[in-house]
Amino acid sequence: MTSDSANQNAILLLQDGTVFHGTAQGKSGISTGEICFNTGMTGYQEVFTDPSYFGQIMVTTNAHIGNYGVLDQEVESEKIQISGLVCKNFTFDYSRQMASGDVKSFFEDQGVVVISDVDTRAIVKHIRSKGAMNALIACNVDQSIDELKAILSEAPDMDGLELASKVSTKEAYLLGEDDASFKVAVLDLGTKRNILRCFTDRDCQVKVFPAKTSYETVKAWGPDGFFISNGPGDPAPMDYAVEFAKKALDDKKPLFGICLGHQILARALGIPTYKMHHGHRGINHPVQNVITGKCEVTSQNHGFGVSPEAIDEHTEIVEVSHRNLNDNTVEGIRHKYLPAFSVQYHPESSPGPHDSRYLFDQFIDLIKKHK
Amino acid sequence: MPKDTSIKSVLIIGSGPIIIGQACEFDYSGSQASRSLREEGIEVSLINSNPATIMTDPVTADHIYLLPLTVESLEQILQERQIDAVLATMGGQTALNLAIDAGKQGLWEKYNVRLIGVDLEAIELAENREAFREHVVKLGQSVAPSHIANSYLEGKEAAQDIGFPLVIRPSYTLGGYGGGFVMKEEEFDEALRRGLNASPTHEVLVEKAVLGWKEYELELLRDANDNVVIICTVENLDPMGIHTGDSITVAPAMTLSDTAYQKMRNDAIQLMRSMGNFAGGCNIQFSQNPETEELICIEINPRVSRSSALASKATGYPIAKIAAKLAIGYTLDELKNQITKTTSAYFEPTLDYVILKMPRWNFNKFKGADPTLGLQMKSVGEVMAIGRSFQEALQKACQSLENDRHGLGSDKKEWIKTDDILERLEKASDDRIFRLKDALRLGVPSKTIQKLTKIDPWYIKQIKGLVKLEDELNKYNVPEDIPETFFRKLKSAGYSDQQIAWIMRVELDKVTAQRKKLGIKRVYKMVDTCAAEFEAQTPYYYSTFDQENESVVSDNPKKVIVLGSGPNRIGQGIEFDYCCVHGLLALKELGYESIMVNCNPETVSTDFDVADKLYFEPVYWEHIKEIIDHEQPEGIIVQLGGQTALKLAEKFHEKGIKIIGTQFEDMDLAEDRGSFSDLLKELGIPYPKYGVAETADDAIEIANRVSYPVLVRPSYVLGGQRMKIVINDQELERQVLSIFKHMPDNKVLIDQFLERAREAEIDAICDGENVHIMGVMEHIEPAGIHSGDSSAVLPPYSLSDEVIQTMMDYTKKIALALNIKGLINIQFAISSTYKGQEERVYVIEANPRASRTTPFIAKAYKVPYLNIATKVMLGTHKLTDFEMINDMDGYAIKVPVFSFNKFPNVDKRLGPEMKSTGEAIRFIKDLSDPFFREMDNNRSRYLYN
Repeated sequence: MTSDSANQNAILLLQDGTVFHGTAQGKSGISTGEICFNTGMTGYQEVFTDPSYFGQIMVTTNAHIGNYGVLDQEVESEKIQISGLVCKNFTFDYSRQMASGDVKSFFEDQGVVVISDVDTRAIVKHIRSKGAMNALIACNVDQSIDELKAILSEAPDMDGLELASKVSTKEAYLLGEDDASFKVAVLDLGTKRNILRCFTDRDCQVKVFPAKTSYETVKAWGPDGFFISNGPGDPAPMDYAVEFAKKALDDKKPLFGICLGHQILARALGIPTYKMHHGHRGINHPVQNVITGKCEVTSQNHGFGVSPEAIDEHTEIVEVSHRNLNDNTVEGIRHKYLPAFSVQYHPESSPGPHDSRYLFDQFIDLIKKHK
Repeated sequence: MPKDTSIKSVLIIGSGPIIIGQACEFDYSGSQASRSLREEGIEVSLINSNPATIMTDPVTADHIYLLPLTVESLEQILQERQIDAVLATMGGQTALNLAIDAGKQGLWEKYNVRLIGVDLEAIELAENREAFREHVVKLGQSVAPSHIANSYLEGKEAAQDIGFPLVIRPSYTLGGYGGGFVMKEEEFDEALRRGLNASPTHEVLVEKAVLGWKEYELELLRDANDNVVIICTVENLDPMGIHTGDSITVAPAMTLSDTAYQKMRNDAIQLMRSMGNFAGGCNIQFSQNPETEELICIEINPRVSRSSALASKATGYPIAKIAAKLAIGYTLDELKNQITKTTSAYFEPTLDYVILKMPRWNFNKFKGADPTLGLQMKSVGEVMAIGRSFQEALQKACQSLENDRHGLGSDKKEWIKTDDILERLEKASDDRIFRLKDALRLGVPSKTIQKLTKIDPWYIKQIKGLVKLEDELNKYNVPEDIPETFFRKLKSAGYSDQQIAWIMRVELDKVTAQRKKLGIKRVYKMVDTCAAEFEAQTPYYYSTFDQENESVVSDNPKKVIVLGSGPNRIGQGIEFDYCCVHGLLALKELGYESIMVNCNPETVSTDFDVADKLYFEPVYWEHIKEIIDHEQPEGIIVQLGGQTALKLAEKFHEKGIKIIGTQFEDMDLAEDRGSFSDLLKELGIPYPKYGVAETADDAIEIANRVSYPVLVRPSYVLGGQRMKIVINDQELERQVLSIFKHMPDNKVLIDQFLERAREAEIDAICDGENVHIMGVMEHIEPAGIHSGDSSAVLPPYSLSDEVIQTMMDYTKKIALALNIKGLINIQFAISSTYKGQEERVYVIEANPRASRTTPFIAKAYKVPYLNIATKVMLGTHKLTDFEMINDMDGYAIKVPVFSFNKFPNVDKRLGPEMKSTGEAIRFIKDLSDPFFREMDNNRSRYLYN
């Protein structure tokens, strides 16, 4: 059964004062975060559990959310990472024989707020024109709008916010076989599980290290290559990770970064990042590999980008390898002499097209060359 | 890779007359392709024998050849014109087969013409079922277990190995023709024989039936650089076992997880890349085991297909337009998204709404036809609905069907006998979705329904949700009691005011008034390919009940709405799309804001760049009224959308909404038999004796008065539905009772039948002062055969000058008397001297609107009649403002085309009830033409009552 819209007891409040009324689902309470939207038509469960979305209020544009329920193994981390969901039709009568449960219980069990039956398209258009901002979801609460505004004003600004260490693993852990051909060290800034799977599927043993692990500690494990993961927050305050990348570059070791990892590599090369107007989030973003001319439909989730002007000033060491065909933003860079490259988008997808999985093979090739 | 500049002149091959399985979606793709190539400065020639198409109009292509689709015709064109390349992927299987034939005869080589956008080896591989099966398996993908059989014996062996149920799929046939499921061994022999006979190569595939598996279709585009994108994924609500053309389909896929979808996407891309080397569109069908999510590939069409028109309308991404550009060398990354104009054409559209396609059947036209749905497509048209939820889209689709439905049930047409309902659930026919709701309403468990229909439980639960809403609505006595939030919820679930009124047993007006009082009204959202991520430039809208309205109303006081004709069906098809397109173009030319409303995805008039504004909405009163309230247009054009649009005229009149052109009272006068006859009498124009009967007794009395044989029919019908010629009281009684039974609330018309009379018709334009006769057509078949099924010769070939003059005089008198402003079509019977009758011209009927033959005359005489008629309707022009010169030599014949092969047991004899699905145009120099002579010799062969 689709949600009961007769029950208008949830509020979505945006930082600029815009208010939307809807139906409360999931848990009761108040939650804040930066609002963003995702245009994917499949893969809601993967999105909700993606650590890169940590602390964000997510607007899903697909008309129905929940149709195929949830499946225990289709998660990108151990829990729901978003701080709240905004959707049109929250559908908890699901159909999938393999499914483990319904999406409503999924949110209730994990204590995350949901507001449904709102005009998600109007919200997307609002964000599209006004840009990213903080938002608040209030479900079944008594506070007045003014009180809610006061709570929202306390929410931290995403600009300059370091979040990676909050979602990173607390302890290092190993994945894959001991007799695997390659050893890849992962600096976990909030990695998606499928990235790790993409490595282990390619005959790698992976050791995942907490975000603030020193380069020396990681190197002591004896990896063949280093990987800097995706993750939430602003890369600007993350000097610890930039230091890590710089040292890996100094060591001339194969280095690969995805999303936040890409931004960290850029910073290590002296290229700053910037906060985008409202980011790229979805599974249909067109990217061209400017080296081969081939195009890829990519899975994306980022609110910060790498400065293209700064790359132009560093052409002696770095080049753009991938560009976004919609807005020409930088989607990938590679070092001209060192075995280091990174992409802004998500080649591990999940959710999303598998067009870019070749990047993992490319990394393995680099490892082979430098082993 | 930029455009290939060596291509300066392209020939596009059309798909010919409309038949079941190949309809006007190919007019849409051909027209788009042509416009797309002309944008690039390429000279486009076009061949198609179908005169009702917009693609064969001078507005679409540079050089038009209305010729039979034969190799000889192609050669004639190649001799006349320097053609660099031929695009054969826009005209369905017909165009491809012709291109292949021409290739085999060495035509392309001889004239140094390249085939673009296609790889013949890929086509061959896709069509050869055995080779394709092996190919898929080699790629590491799965197919259903099968064997190929070229003989009866081989077929039997295959069946023995595979077991039942199984499927027989003949090679190289269209729309599943000749194929079918075989549930039991006893049915196998007959099915095998039919399959072998249907295949031109006497070859069938005997395949394990995966009945009840989920069915999906993916629409892909590939460029010369091997970049591939998925434009749309369509999920069939009706699972494997029903032809996808006869299935209710939904986009985006409702019940696919990302893992399952990405597997399908990977397989699709791998398949397309493995199939030869061509740039263009492709359609791939998959089936998924709902239990294990195992995926098998069903088939691939390496060309623009029936479903690509739907996918284009569903997403806003113009597949044919882009495919044409890819065919001349562009790559996707070099092209822009046609909707946003700023982002890349290389991307995958994302939807923030739900699309539902519902087929439209016409089984009542094919008596004796088996209405059970299966592997062979039987629908004649389709509607598409857009909503913000599945429920809303589903109900809007039902409102679009033009079947007197007001939504999914709750409109007085429910069934109440559980046994009958359950039978219909198992044996799917055109009403299964309605019966499914009836079953739920009567408390049949969802599980039982799922078992009988194999429909995914998600859909059943959604429909169950509707039943629950109705239960809740039943708690309230009057509309004033319904709480606002619940009222809003009902409307969001797609309920029409009429349904709510029926459920509450109150008057419609009360529901509407209360709804308006609560301020519950539709808003309009944009179809933009990107779920609002980017700003879009296209005015393509649908309605829903949400917060923000995106359809900004312009302050242009010159604004007119053109009403379309709804789904294609027998008696009303592509010709009205042609008329609407011209109406819209004429409006634009005059500086009017042109607004289109229709729900038929196969049409050119609903392309987002034809009208200034498009509302993809049901041609259903409640929706139309709200668009009018929103837009406040100067008026509405109802003359171009066939009977569908015309019959809304009364409502417009009642509500004081201006009708452009001929006024309602005059239209009504023409449509009402009694008052029209009175008018004819006044004008001194003969008409067949007739009477209107409300009972069988009346009927017999009237029949004896006008004398047998008589023509019996219900008073308001389209395409001669339930029309019959009877010769005695007994036959009459049977027919009259049948009409009363099937069409209660209808009166019966009884006309004197003029035996051995010839039939003729005239289309004309009147501006209130002058009447211009567009054309006079003489039917080859005698009176008694529906004009839509008759071969019409333009101009007449055997009627005397006197008769022709009389018909023209009558036309002028009638048009002026009816105050026609715009188009009129008049049908005549010319009695013969048989049985002592004198030769006399009778007027049979007048249609105050564009007719089926209007495009035919415009094409034959090369006069832009629809453009002129629109300007006359608006009153901006008089007939004297135009110079209309007909420079046709010889004759043009409109030849009806039938789709009888889809209905093996149907009565193929012709009569007053229309059965043809399409038409072709044939030009002849003179009456010695052998094609004409054969038709003329057979003129009375078909007559049957």
